[in-house]
Amino acid sequence: MANISIKNVTKSFGAVKVIKGVDLEIKSGEFMVFVGPSGCGKSTMLRLIAGLEDITSGTIAFEGKVVNALAPSDRGIAMVFQSYALYPHMTVYQNMAFGIKLGGATKEEVEKRVRIAAEMLQLTPYLDRLPKQLSGGQRQRVAIGRAIVRDPKVFLFDEPLSNLDAALRVATRLEIAKLHHSMNNVTMIYVTHDQVEAMTLADRICVLRDGYIEQVGTPLELYEKPNNLFVAGFIGSPKMNFLNGKFAAPYKANSIGVRSEHLEFVAKGGWPGKVIHAEKMGSDTYSFVDLGMTEPAIIRETGTSRHGVDAKVSLAPMKDKVHRFAVDGKSI
Amino acid sequence: MKRSPFWNFMFYVFVACILIESIFPFYYAIITSFKSGTDLFNISYWPTSFSLENYRQVLFDGNGSFLQNLWNSLWVSTWTVAVALTLGTTASYALARVRFRGRGLLLMTILAVSMFPQVAVLAGLFETVNSLGLYNTDWSLIFSYTIFTLPFTVWVLTTFMRDLPIELEEAAIVDGASPWIIVTRIFLPLMWPALVTTGLLAFIAAWNEYLYALTFTASSQANRTVPVGIALLSGSTAHEIPWGLIMAASVIVTVPLIFLVLIFQRKIIAGLTAGGVKG
Repeated sequence: MANISIKNVTKSFGAVKVIKGVDLEIKSGEFMVFVGPSGCGKSTMLRLIAGLEDITSGTIAFEGKVVNALAPSDRGIAMVFQSYALYPHMTVYQNMAFGIKLGGATKEEVEKRVRIAAEMLQLTPYLDRLPKQLSGGQRQRVAIGRAIVRDPKVFLFDEPLSNLDAALRVATRLEIAKLHHSMNNVTMIYVTHDQVEAMTLADRICVLRDGYIEQVGTPLELYEKPNNLFVAGFIGSPKMNFLNGKFAAPYKANSIGVRSEHLEFVAKGGWPGKVIHAEKMGSDTYSFVDLGMTEPAIIRETGTSRHGVDAKVSLAPMKDKVHRFAVDGKSI
Repeated sequence: MKRSPFWNFMFYVFVACILIESIFPFYYAIITSFKSGTDLFNISYWPTSFSLENYRQVLFDGNGSFLQNLWNSLWVSTWTVAVALTLGTTASYALARVRFRGRGLLLMTILAVSMFPQVAVLAGLFETVNSLGLYNTDWSLIFSYTIFTLPFTVWVLTTFMRDLPIELEEAAIVDGASPWIIVTRIFLPLMWPALVTTGLLAFIAAWNEYLYALTFTASSQANRTVPVGIALLSGSTAHEIPWGLIMAASVIVTVPLIFLVLIFQRKIIAGLTAGGVKG
């Protein structure tokens, strides 16, 4: 229910500038993911929006109202922490009820809201347990439940899945996606360093690096039209193949990038090379081809590959699927 | 690693030495307290006679002044612990979690204060106590003991509180908790082990303190604590030191401490924060 506008925000810790000037509009009800390598300032951005850190300069406004000086609890936000941050001495029920009790809700109201949230997250059988009696996934659900109970206008997630194992991560990711669909007027901001989480959850992704926004757009926009080398390399798995020198020259660019699914084996012409390894995933095969660059090119084929290791092959990019970059890394 | 029989033997010899060294004085006090009359002056290391006469005399002769001393000690020690823990907890929250200029210097100063020998500040403290009108009252002792236990309490609690996960506090802030709520509702329940440890040490220090107790309540028999009471026990003549009574009194005074430690050591459980944050 709240659109957030971030205007020219900077944040310094002492002499270290972490956020160097960020402008961003987050629409009401949108699922926005902040993604970037560690140290890029994405968590700091989230904490600035939450109010856990003070903004050095610039403004953050919820629905047009500047919240710079507002305490976190007065901003209508709820936050899910990476480390769960459950109160260890309180039961699941008490954990979820703590915030709204402080907010002065009546006992019936507290009871009702906790029950609804617990029902939503299948936590009802565990309401009387302590956090230490729960598994990692259940703990994270309690943390999410605690946030839901607050009935926030803005939902903040700080790498909520990074402490879970791979299988649980996929399951919890689905929970969060479902949550977003069922609370579709709640703005959600989600921080992750995992581009798969970003791609699967986001309405829009904001890629950060070194305290600056590199690009904002829908997952497919970022995938298909990256602004620069950094975004091109960060979004997509496996990483985009980058080639320069004699490979880029025919395209009139300093360097070019081709995604693994946009390369194909050709009988003649193309770029000659040698297969050095093949990853057989069943549905796909990723072949690593040494083209004489520092890193091998990765090419995806559906099903199994005709080419074994050490095979002499020739690669060519599909038509119109080549990304061209200038000397400064910008897309052409 | 397996020790040779010789070193195994030496290990237990060493353990025995430590045990004897630490327990023997108390053991000797106990067997002496059960002796009476001239038996007291026969040196023997095994119980030779058994009589509760010393205990009866200490507790019930002398118009119950020893019981009054006991009560004073309990009163003073309890208040000292209560004040030290209350101030210590709030101070340590500030020192552990609030960023302000000079925090490190302040912590070092607090630690330095606790290193002054008691007797060095006795004169100054006497003046303070006198000018506050606390002389010859229990509050003079509570006041001065708190001064000496507080640095240690603050130091230990600060270290402990610093180790509590910052996310817990942030989650509470997002939930709308004030610093007071955070300290009392979130941190205190997690700090029981530290509170018990520091509280116990503060209690023992206050319970056993002699110098201040003697100085600040010297002329008021009604406000004496147990250590002073014991020191001022007198025999039938001025030349007789009533060893039997002194030993009986010492045993009576030590027993509550032993019970306190035994009760609370069960409460000192590690891993109280388990499960709240990733571990």
